Amino acid sequence: MTQHIVRTFDEELGLLSSKINQMGGIAEAMMVDALDALSKHDVSKARGVIERDAQLDALQHDIEELAVLVIARRQPMANDLRQIMGTIRIASDLERIGDLVKNIGKRVTVMEERFLSMRSLSGIQHMAHLVLGQVKTVVDSFAQNNAELARHVWLHDGEVDTLNNSLFRELLTYMMEDPRSITFATHLLFIAKNIERAGDHATNIAETVYFIETGQQLSGPRPKGDTAPYSLSAKDV
Amino acid sequence: MPEAGAPLPEAPPSALRSRVVQGKVLRLMALATGLAVLALAHLSSLPWLAHGLALLLLALIYVGWRPALRREEGRLSEAARVLRPDAEFKLSTVLDALGAPTILTDRRGHIVHANAAALKAFPGLKQGHPVTFFIRAPAMLSGLEAVLGNDSEVRFELLDHIPVERSYDVLIRRLGGAPEVGHLAIGTAFAVIFMTETSAAKRIEAMRVDFVANASHELRTPLASILGFVETLQGPARDDATARRTFLGIMETQARRMARLIDDLLSLSKIEMSAHITPSAEIDLVAALRSVVDTLGGLAQDRAVALKLTLPEARSLVAGDRDELLRVFENLIENGIKYGQSGGVVEIGLTPVEDAVIGPALAITVRDFGPGIAAKHLPRLTERFYRADVSESRVMGGTGLGLSIVKHIVTRHRGRLGIASIPGDGATFTVTLPALTPK
Ligand SMILES: Nc1ncnc2c1ncn2[C@@H]1O[C@H](COP(=O)(O)OP(=O)(O)O)[C@@H](O)[C@H]1O
Ligand SMILES: [Mg+2]
Repeated sequence: MTQHIVRTFDEELGLLSSKINQMGGIAEAMMVDALDALSKHDVSKARGVIERDAQLDALQHDIEELAVLVIARRQPMANDLRQIMGTIRIASDLERIGDLVKNIGKRVTVMEERFLSMRSLSGIQHMAHLVLGQVKTVVDSFAQNNAELARHVWLHDGEVDTLNNSLFRELLTYMMEDPRSITFATHLLFIAKNIERAGDHATNIAETVYFIETGQQLSGPRPKGDTAPYSLSAKDV
Repeated sequence: MPEAGAPLPEAPPSALRSRVVQGKVLRLMALATGLAVLALAHLSSLPWLAHGLALLLLALIYVGWRPALRREEGRLSEAARVLRPDAEFKLSTVLDALGAPTILTDRRGHIVHANAAALKAFPGLKQGHPVTFFIRAPAMLSGLEAVLGNDSEVRFELLDHIPVERSYDVLIRRLGGAPEVGHLAIGTAFAVIFMTETSAAKRIEAMRVDFVANASHELRTPLASILGFVETLQGPARDDATARRTFLGIMETQARRMARLIDDLLSLSKIEMSAHITPSAEIDLVAALRSVVDTLGGLAQDRAVALKLTLPEARSLVAGDRDELLRVFENLIENGIKYGQSGGVVEIGLTPVEDAVIGPALAITVRDFGPGIAAKHLPRLTERFYRADVSESRVMGGTGLGLSIVKHIVTRHRGRLGIASIPGDGATFTVTLPALTPK
């Protein structure tokens, strides 16, 4: 980044960045807790996740206000403007991730415990771990101004989609085998969907980070799980 | 990372010098005591006995004290040398010698110095940047805020999940004697973050639960089948020699599968247990791959599969655990032979690559030309007990744990496992490991 003569402007930018980081940290922690709550059927932990979402909302609000203030006062140019606008977008994606994770928490509080041993939990956990990795890496890429790392996240989104499709089939099989599990399995289906969409937001963030750093849009063929043949890139698993 | 040359707290060399002097004085006093005893012996009524005793005493003092004193003096003068204000000496050198991740921050929470252990545990840490850009856990943020605000110290537990689960007891403390916050320049050490890893204890707990659950679930099926055959042999098939032979054969297969299961589960537990420790021995992948191919030569021959190795001439080094890496290659090549048998060839390659996340890396590929793996199974193969085709895996004597073990080992080595397959045209497994650049 270019040096500014006015010290406080840099400090303001730094403050925006650190708030994004804070949001990232909270989102990651919420995700871990939500999954933990799911696999141990820990209702009070799930409630904790639901409550925590408010922090993300508040931070997003802070970021938007600060950003607007900075723009109005400093009237920043090209690079800086790009960074500030990018920050606003990232904050809103992180806030959305928080909402999705909160939904997982809500489902945990109403799920029946007796089907918990179902195998597909391992699939959900696998998927959550992948998405958690994506979220962590993309916030890293923002903190470290690393466009390549952002691109990496963007490229690996397809894995999450594939996993979601495979889970969908598996859960369907369970439902057909044992109709009593339908309610439980439906919850899991929605949880998987929530996780997948959190992954989509991580990809959005990756696009924003790439744009902030390079001024260019991420484009070109991306191995989207649904459509691309599997030979295009080795899937990380 | 450039060394942060925070000056040591004022070392009082005069105090050290006086300790050395003290040592010398003590020795002189001991000698004097010995001589005094000798003089007394002259005057006593039993001169010869007393003489003897006194000489013995002197000798003892001499022998016993001299090396001890020498050592002490040596240590002291060494310390004096190191602590001399003009000596080339950096606090960072001391911090790097500590085994626990330790980070110095300034009054804004920006990194002044992250020691070697901290860099190993959190490879991104960069001097001059906020700690919380790299360790984002909310606990770290609020802990730092407290110490940078009013508290002189805080303790908390830090949990990290990517790439592997780790837990730390963290202590953040203001440096003693640090002047009022307002007076400290930015970039000057203000607080120290000290982390003690507690992953191992946590893991043991989680592992016990997991292991019992998995083992009991997976062992139940073969066990039920064995019991069924035993009952049949005791009852209806009591006198049927042909049935006995067949059943015993099946029972043996099942029992062996159970044994393999237990082996695999145990090694999985062992690997998971040490997942938080990055292995550090220097391993040559060329030699490792050669040795695995040698061991699997027999199996390949039995199945009429040719193993084709394409390796670089030079040694290709990674930091790793030899046994574990051998297991990775063994599992992948064995799968290639077993499940890709119809293709007749398994190709094994090793190439240096540049990876966006890992950096300079080595990619090991194991490619077969068998039926391949359907897309829907691809991302799930590394889950415990997941098999694309349960009956086929059973026939092959598989446990469904092989790829799970592979994945865990690779993760522990901070590497990545990739699987690509076009159904009908075989499968390619790629292991990417951080390359060890020779120092
Ligand atoms: N090279 C391959 N080609 C086709 N399928 C494979 C290949 N490697 C592994 N698989 C599939 O992945 C599953 C899991 O493999 P693994 O974890 O090694 O367990 P196991 O070999 O004990 O069954 C196997 O059951 C098989 O269905
Ligand atoms: Mg195997």
